[in-house]
Amino acid sequence: MQDVQLEPVLTLETVPEELQVEAKGVSLRDVTKSYGSFTAVQNITLDIAAGSYTCLLGPSGCGKTTTMRMIAGHEDISKGDIYIGETRINDIPATQRNTAMMFQNYALFPHKTVWDNVDFGLKMRGMTQADRQHRVGEMLEVVGLSSFSDRKPAQLSGGQQQRVALARALVTRPQVLMLDEPLSALDESLRVKTRGELRKLQRQFGMTFIQVTHNQDEAYSLSDQIVVMDDGRVDQVGTPAEIFSKPLSRFVARFTGDNNIFPGTVTSAVQDTNGQLIQLDVPSLGTLLCIGDYAQVGTEAACCIRADLMQIKSLTEAETTACGPATNRLTARITAVEFTGYVTRVSLVLERSGVEVLYKARTPDWLTTTFEEGQVVVLDWAAADCVYLPH
Amino acid sequence: MSETWKSLKPYALITPQTLVFLMFLVFPILMIGVVSFWEFNGYSMTPAFTLDNYRGILTDVTFKTYLNTFKFLALTWLATLLIGYPVAYFLAFHVPKLEWQILLFLVCTIPFWTSNIIRMISWVPLLGREGLVNQGLMGVGLIQEPLQFLLFSDFAVVLGMVHLYIIFMIAPIFNSLMRIERSLVTAAEDLGASGLQVFKEVILPLSAPGIAIGSIFIVTLIMGEFVTVRLMGGGQSASVGKLIQTQIGSLQYPLAAANAIVLLAVTMLIIVSILRVLDIRKEL
Repeated sequence: MQDVQLEPVLTLETVPEELQVEAKGVSLRDVTKSYGSFTAVQNITLDIAAGSYTCLLGPSGCGKTTTMRMIAGHEDISKGDIYIGETRINDIPATQRNTAMMFQNYALFPHKTVWDNVDFGLKMRGMTQADRQHRVGEMLEVVGLSSFSDRKPAQLSGGQQQRVALARALVTRPQVLMLDEPLSALDESLRVKTRGELRKLQRQFGMTFIQVTHNQDEAYSLSDQIVVMDDGRVDQVGTPAEIFSKPLSRFVARFTGDNNIFPGTVTSAVQDTNGQLIQLDVPSLGTLLCIGDYAQVGTEAACCIRADLMQIKSLTEAETTACGPATNRLTARITAVEFTGYVTRVSLVLERSGVEVLYKARTPDWLTTTFEEGQVVVLDWAAADCVYLPH
Repeated sequence: MSETWKSLKPYALITPQTLVFLMFLVFPILMIGVVSFWEFNGYSMTPAFTLDNYRGILTDVTFKTYLNTFKFLALTWLATLLIGYPVAYFLAFHVPKLEWQILLFLVCTIPFWTSNIIRMISWVPLLGREGLVNQGLMGVGLIQEPLQFLLFSDFAVVLGMVHLYIIFMIAPIFNSLMRIERSLVTAAEDLGASGLQVFKEVILPLSAPGIAIGSIFIVTLIMGEFVTVRLMGGGQSASVGKLIQTQIGSLQYPLAAANAIVLLAVTMLIIVSILRVLDIRKEL
């Protein structure tokens, strides 16, 4: 579907008072969801601040959608408690939870007009015709679709449908809005634009947004808080910057960015200015240095280095620059160079272990070098950039 | 390939189907149309152009027969809809697995594994004076006399027709229900709709095309019905189809042809009015 619509979603700078709500936080306490012997979500404890934008991030089947559906009331809770504000909502039906959901692929009613779609929630709540008229009109104005109110969803572009879905969810003034992969049905360029609009909308309404996504860029750009989930558990909770620069597990390091991960055994841990300087004995590679909060000597763990934080040097250059005391150095052979626009991705194989690693350079920087495929080079990286992964 | 062949290819491809249509649909109807204007007496018919046949069928009897046929149609339509919709709904929304849905749908077609006539006759030991139902009801003391209306009555005709044709209502409704995205139901619930409201606002409107197609099947099948009317009505019940069949039996072909043309026109009118109310294009 083509989208020629270029005006921004928000045409009103301030949200009409009628559409404003008091945002509520969401708390999960030891929440479990199981289907027979299969456990989809396991003992999740999580706090989502009122008025924040939280992304549940993880691969498909990690339990993120199930978690959201439990908050929305479309899925029973097997064990544990969920609170919205101070209220425990386990036994409150979906319609009375003051939550709303925006569905993947939007789930717009194909037989109803844009107006009737947005009006639906108010009509079901038994609001008077006059009140509904006013609110729906205002809501459509907020999302810039007033002139499309008589159209059916099929007559709209993907971006417009997305806004109808958003308007339909927002018009009931939910205290918490849940979004299930809201951008996945849009094409790339529109996705980036809509991402910004979603964020703006959330700030203006001051509503609590909980979004499910499998795309880390989406989570980074939208969230106040990211909840990385894997295999029905919460792996890490943090701000986008924390998740990006300080992953706590191999899964998070692998899932959220281009990290090179080295599993090994802790051989020493000494207090340093930024935590502990940890020595990791990596099989067939030798000792790597990394920084972490705390490590017990003898534990099996790992460390990771972001692909863009390494330095690439020719063998002769490496000979002349001494390898500092808190620097890791490995030789590797370049196997492939991939140009992806601003970034150039270089695949290498470590000479000692045969493990594949990734190096990323700004394309302008890469073009000033003379490295080529097949060449043996040296990779240097500071221990301070190398993150200790306890799990 | 030459340019000529390229431009002729589409026509070549539709030729077989067109021929079949012409031979088995258009030509017979044209013949009936032509014969309906012929003259006839008890022994022969002669090509002519007369409106006598049409005048001959514009009688009170024909009118009453049409009324009776409409009555069968209305009752059968209502019964097949009221029974068929819940069955289709159950299959589509309450049977969890696709394999089970297909299996149970096939179960609905079991009655079609035997011939119409046998199925109709099998009602006799059930509904007759000495039949299972009467005996049972008398046995438990609910009635003293056997119920007469059970067999060879309008009731029996409608019962037989519902039995015969209900699958034609179930199938298209099931099909349209299966196409409804389940997320629409969840979305409606999320927006505060009760079970009844979900049905009224979402499921019913989205399955309306299925109802329309089912209704068209029922209309075309019932309007021409004569076997069920004869077997289950026991000579008591009349329908246009049976009237035409009787006229053919007494070799009044032109009269039967005129009747058939009128029946065709009436049936088309009903279908057109259904299509005006409900849009079925999405289902096709």
